[in-house]
Amino acid sequence: MSEKPAHLFEKTWRAHKVRELPGGQTQLFIGTHLVHEVTSPQAFAMLRELGLPVRFPGRTFATADHIMPTDTQARPLADPLAETMLSELERNCAESGVTFFGKESGYQGVVHVIGPELGLTVPGSTIACGDSHTSTHGAFGTIALGIGTSQVRDVLATQTLAMGGLKVRRIEVTGQLRPGVYAKDVILAIIRKLGVNGGVGFAYEYAGEAIEAMSMEERMTLCNMSIEGGARCGYVNPDATTVEYLRGRRYSPEGEAFERAAAEWVAMASDPGAEYDDSVCLNGEEIEPSITWGIHPGHNIGVRERVPTPSEASEDERAGIEEALEYMDLDPGAPIVGTPVDVAFIGSCTNGRLSDLREAARVARTGTVQEGVRALVVPGSQEVSRQAIAEGLDEVFRQAGFDWREPGCSMCLAMNPDKLIGREICASSSNRNFKGRQGSPSGRTLLMSPAMVAAAAIAGRVVDVREVL
Amino acid sequence: MNANNLTSIEAVSGRACVVRGDDIDTDRIIPARFMKDITFDAMGEHLFEDARKAAKGNHPLDDERFFGSDILVVGKNFGCGSSREHAPQALMRYGFRAFVGQSFADIFAGNCCSLGLVCITLSERDAEALRESVELDPEQVVSIDVSAETVTCRAGALSGNIPKGTRDRLIEGHWDATSLLLEAEGAIEKTAEGLPYVSGY
Repeated sequence: MSEKPAHLFEKTWRAHKVRELPGGQTQLFIGTHLVHEVTSPQAFAMLRELGLPVRFPGRTFATADHIMPTDTQARPLADPLAETMLSELERNCAESGVTFFGKESGYQGVVHVIGPELGLTVPGSTIACGDSHTSTHGAFGTIALGIGTSQVRDVLATQTLAMGGLKVRRIEVTGQLRPGVYAKDVILAIIRKLGVNGGVGFAYEYAGEAIEAMSMEERMTLCNMSIEGGARCGYVNPDATTVEYLRGRRYSPEGEAFERAAAEWVAMASDPGAEYDDSVCLNGEEIEPSITWGIHPGHNIGVRERVPTPSEASEDERAGIEEALEYMDLDPGAPIVGTPVDVAFIGSCTNGRLSDLREAARVARTGTVQEGVRALVVPGSQEVSRQAIAEGLDEVFRQAGFDWREPGCSMCLAMNPDKLIGREICASSSNRNFKGRQGSPSGRTLLMSPAMVAAAAIAGRVVDVREVL
Repeated sequence: MNANNLTSIEAVSGRACVVRGDDIDTDRIIPARFMKDITFDAMGEHLFEDARKAAKGNHPLDDERFFGSDILVVGKNFGCGSSREHAPQALMRYGFRAFVGQSFADIFAGNCCSLGLVCITLSERDAEALRESVELDPEQVVSIDVSAETVTCRAGALSGNIPKGTRDRLIEGHWDATSLLLEAEGAIEKTAEGLPYVSGY
């Protein structure tokens, strides 16, 4: 290649640039548009009002996830508001020729779980969805953008977005992760180091030995929480792991076409010598199983550390720490180990995939859920559920006293009936510990890896998962 | 919504309200349980609902000195979290047309631009000066000049930042991007043809 070395972000951006807009923004082609029931009905309505069709229905795919109940998904849904939203999505898809992966398809699930599962997420592509965790798809080396509903309308109408450019920060994680340390712990450590707004204006490129060693599902967990670090998106360069994951998927090319595609995919990876706007390095060997103690994902510590003390914090952080400790009802300087939990939630677009369930099941085999703890396992999709059942994981969880549920977003954001009650505190494999996030205005969330959640469910309190693995 | 009638947004003036604190997330702005709806019509009614209840009447939105404000003055990383447009929709439907703070989450700022809402950032020092000034004198008129990128209040004319692409879209009336994007016509299909994953390997 005679051209200047470029990173994946730049190559992908260039290939998808339709034109430069007045004012310097780029009109960016969106190769794959994923749609769900919460952020799309208003967009379809706006489109109708403008008298415009969906421009690329063949590149638009929908499913229902946020509002899906996980006990029974029989129609009509028990909650009339949820049923209205689901029916509206079905109608919009049918009228506009958009493929809808509903329950009957056998591929219903969290939008960021099914995209990769179906082979819709490919390296060097652009993906948009009206959901901030679209960043998940960056695991394949895509520019994956969470967008608002007006932008959903723009993509439906034109398959493009008006976007300002992003800077690219390369985050290298060196070495091998230690036992009991997962991708979730890596991204929490990154957010702790760079802050919840450290990524504003950036795309994150994750690289280094620890990242290269990760499976695709682990890379998805990592990229998923890029947004929690303030980055607009995050990605991992495609490699042999990426190619093998995509082989044989429903939307993957077959035979020789697959080999041609694979060569193109790998060629999209960042070139050696590419220039970055910023670089950061973490030693993967030093990362501990991590857990949040506060009200945003940057409020996290290693499980063996103590909750911060406001008087020891910088002036800039003090008020935030005080507010968080008050809300969480945790004592300054207290160990996080031993914190009692009321609820345990395993699932979400962050950690609701087969490998997550396998790791949690390893722990579930060591005991039974503590009396008084409600423990839920919500697979990320029907496909994840089928695979888990085929391996007998559902039985492992049931025997340990966990509830085995139908797929959906569930208690990650509690738009369905799965909610915290009152001041309950939840060990959760999800992505956000914001105030009220899990459905109760005063509910509390401790984010951690699925294995740590399972361990907390069994002990009835926060434990270091390395003690039970 | 306008396909052809472009409305330029060059300035926002009015009284302001201060909501202090950094990292105020979209779940705080509009809790997810209120998003169970197929329109945005009712969003304004639930703005900061849980935060207001928890503050038992002491939330700035319940302070009558701030009633009817057009501008919301915030801290750092306002609007972080979810991409839900329900958040800026709730703020807009409540009556806010502009936001001033040290920084905004990327997706939140993009959503605001799509709705013709102005987000302008100030330095830490100037943002604090503005917050203090407004809290001291909520009756004053605060003015945002989009092209000059300034916020004027009793503390003076504070120099801020609005990214150029956003600024131009507001001034030229292309904040609602649909019509602008449609102008590309066949160039969109041409770009698609050059992408093997779209056109075939």
